Amino acid sequence: MSEPDVVLRLTDLVKTFPGVRALDGVQLEVRAGEVHCLLGQNGAGKSTLIKVLSGVHRPDAGTVEWLGQPAAFANPQAAMKAGIATIYQELDLVDDLSVAENVFLGHEPRRLGFIRRGAMADRTRRILGSLGHEEIPARRMVHALQAAGKQVVSMARALSQEAKLLIMDEPSAVLAHDEVENLFRIIRSLTAQGIAVIYISHRLEEIREIGDRVTVLKDGRTTAANLSAKDTPTSELVSRMTGRTIEYVFPPRPQEPPRGEELLRVDGLSRAGEFRDVSLTVAAGEIVGIAGLVGSGRSELLETVYGARRADTGTVTLGGRKLRPGNVGSAVRAGMGMAPEERKSQALLLGEPIYRNMTLATFSGLARLGFTDAGRERAETDRIAASLDLRPRDVRRPVGTLSGGNQQKVVVGRWLLGDTRLLLLDEPTRGVDVGARAELYRVIRRLASEGVGVLLVSSEVPEVLGLSDRVLVMREGRVVRQAPSHELDEDTVLDLVMAGSLMEGTPA
Amino acid sequence: MTLSEGTGLAVPGAATEPPGGAAQKRSWAGESSESVVRNLVLVGVLVALIVIGAVTQPELYSDSTWVWNNMVSILQLASVVGVVTVGMTFVIIGGGIDLSVGAIVALAGVWCTTLATQSYGTIGMIFTAIVVGVSVGLINGVLISYGRLVPFIATLAMLVSARGLAAAISGKQTQISSNAFINSLASDRVLGVPLLVYILAVVAVAGWVLLNRTTFGRRTVAVGGNAEAARLAGIDVKRHTMLLYGLSGLCCGIAAIMLTSQATSAQAAMGNLYELDAIAAAIIGGTLLSGGRGTIVGSILGVLIFATITNLFAINGLSTEAQNMVKGGIIVAAVLVQQFRFKSVTQFIARNRATTTS
Repeated sequence: MSEPDVVLRLTDLVKTFPGVRALDGVQLEVRAGEVHCLLGQNGAGKSTLIKVLSGVHRPDAGTVEWLGQPAAFANPQAAMKAGIATIYQELDLVDDLSVAENVFLGHEPRRLGFIRRGAMADRTRRILGSLGHEEIPARRMVHALQAAGKQVVSMARALSQEAKLLIMDEPSAVLAHDEVENLFRIIRSLTAQGIAVIYISHRLEEIREIGDRVTVLKDGRTTAANLSAKDTPTSELVSRMTGRTIEYVFPPRPQEPPRGEELLRVDGLSRAGEFRDVSLTVAAGEIVGIAGLVGSGRSELLETVYGARRADTGTVTLGGRKLRPGNVGSAVRAGMGMAPEERKSQALLLGEPIYRNMTLATFSGLARLGFTDAGRERAETDRIAASLDLRPRDVRRPVGTLSGGNQQKVVVGRWLLGDTRLLLLDEPTRGVDVGARAELYRVIRRLASEGVGVLLVSSEVPEVLGLSDRVLVMREGRVVRQAPSHELDEDTVLDLVMAGSLMEGTPA
Repeated sequence: MTLSEGTGLAVPGAATEPPGGAAQKRSWAGESSESVVRNLVLVGVLVALIVIGAVTQPELYSDSTWVWNNMVSILQLASVVGVVTVGMTFVIIGGGIDLSVGAIVALAGVWCTTLATQSYGTIGMIFTAIVVGVSVGLINGVLISYGRLVPFIATLAMLVSARGLAAAISGKQTQISSNAFINSLASDRVLGVPLLVYILAVVAVAGWVLLNRTTFGRRTVAVGGNAEAARLAGIDVKRHTMLLYGLSGLCCGIAAIMLTSQATSAQAAMGNLYELDAIAAAIIGGTLLSGGRGTIVGSILGVLIFATITNLFAINGLSTEAQNMVKGGIIVAAVLVQQFRFKSVTQFIARNRATTTS
């Protein structure tokens, strides 16, 4: 076999953002006609790498060699023109345009400024045919298609621009079992035409099946390049991804595992398409962590426990009282509080002062006869701000002027004001710098020592293991393992999270 | 922060104070200093309009009795729309819009002046107007909160049907009010000021207290500023949204009585285009159309500015056509100025965030 052409070569690629070195020396070599898999934990730099390749970000150092020439893509259009197409997880299609209009969006065949609709539809049909999907009508509105169909349209768009490299970011995450097989068939037909594919997935089984070579990223660096996708042992792949160098400072766990009385009981909770038959308990003073990939249903589970989503089946009981399904007010009155995943859009009024954000759940209780008591609110907020070491301390500042870590303290502080018995934390340290992380960990542990139950969700496995007393591992909407955190290590959890295959039926 | 305009005049220097250094931190320490500055600018505009009047009609302004009477007539002109605007301000801060206010005023006015209602006397008429206003507002609220209709559509539909019902009830006739008490609200004066103006003052003060000092007001800002955050903090967003439209309806009911008193009659066409006047006044007053921000003082100043412009054109014998064109221009100018100010504020926040994280 002769040496295949290298279409893309990255050497020592570096990209920094304020305070973060997102890419810190990435090497990557992609050949024409191969499926090259990218593997790495959340935060390893995969997303940044995609964005650099697709022209969204520009690298700070290192070289990008495209088709043998040094290249720098000024914007996504330039990358597209050069032949690099990206299919994002949240497909970037316009729902209210037809399939053909989406495929040729931005480069419609035209004459005298008028779109040649017939020609556009013909060419779309031809491309869809080459993908083996001539059954998708070119004039159908995109919103009428299923996720799998939309993905095909996305790929057709890439082909309409004569892409030579297709980057696919977790394409199987939105697909059902049989649709994944179909996706693989399309990918094989693309590579047979000499098109290179960069395939990102957390599912090792998929990588084994479709991949040719694997490059592993950790902390923005390439830790292993060009491994064989078929026969590199799983243990080796996982070991290249783990042992992150970031120092996590976790507060010490209590000697005795806390077994207070049972606080939260979740029984057989299900929501169609999100999670199935989840049962769990949290005791007073206990920190329970949920590990799982994005899309494993963990955030949805948390929001359902809280009543922000209505469960299809199952019950949530807090302190012996059954909560009304789909009713946040009932959960809050029973003593539950949540710090949601998206701080800015789900938790804060950015233009309002800190104290009003912190009392958002309690101002009614602090009020007298319906009249708010701003003085008392500020005093209470001051007290909490001091205990959280909020900086700056002036509680009349708009919360939007704070750093991410301090904003998160405001959200957590909100629930320290009332008599919260159970705190739900969804990605509590996302966008929080290292120093503030350690402080947040201390706060969470202190709360637990005061008897508050904590249910925590995080994409970062070390965080879940380091902070929790007990860990639940979720995969594809199911809890696949429950154990005290000292019985698990990072490799085991990653194995559980990723090894599950779509083809193998129910996991153990 | 009260409605006194006398004290406001001394301060406008503060508005021109350069934003920088120590002054900046101080200004952020105040709860709503930004809106105070904004309102001082509006007071400045109001004063400028009066000065223009005095310059263009010096001989009229030399007569102090005329000046007093003219001020009173401006206030009277503003009173009915002012009450409607207070309700509208709540709805807009809460993230909605109410296009049906004019129609609700007409329906409540017509309903409370039917011969049957008038036979129940003063209390019966006032009670009817208010119940009709609140009920129609709550219907809007239920459709929007629980029926998940877009506020624009729901209240547009109500605009059409409420006026239709008003026309049906009145048989397209003008219904004369023969109730002496109600008619006296516009004609009787206390300390030389018509009672209608006192009603506006009471509604405005009550609205200010409700918005700034009660849990209802806090919820309004939270729901309009970030509905999802409010929901996840345990606030019943749907119920509150419904109540906001009920409150707007209440204001319309009060306005219906005032307008009936002014004309000593009611008819289906009354309160025409009040929705636009009220929205315009609220916008000029600094209420953010996307919700979460706004002040009662600003809205009242917006109403007064419009009334003063109308008066300015009248005393100069200019046409209402020219007047409307100028009003349109003022709405655009006000929003442009606010966008400019708002941009500088967000930039400030962004800059500040950069310094606190590093």
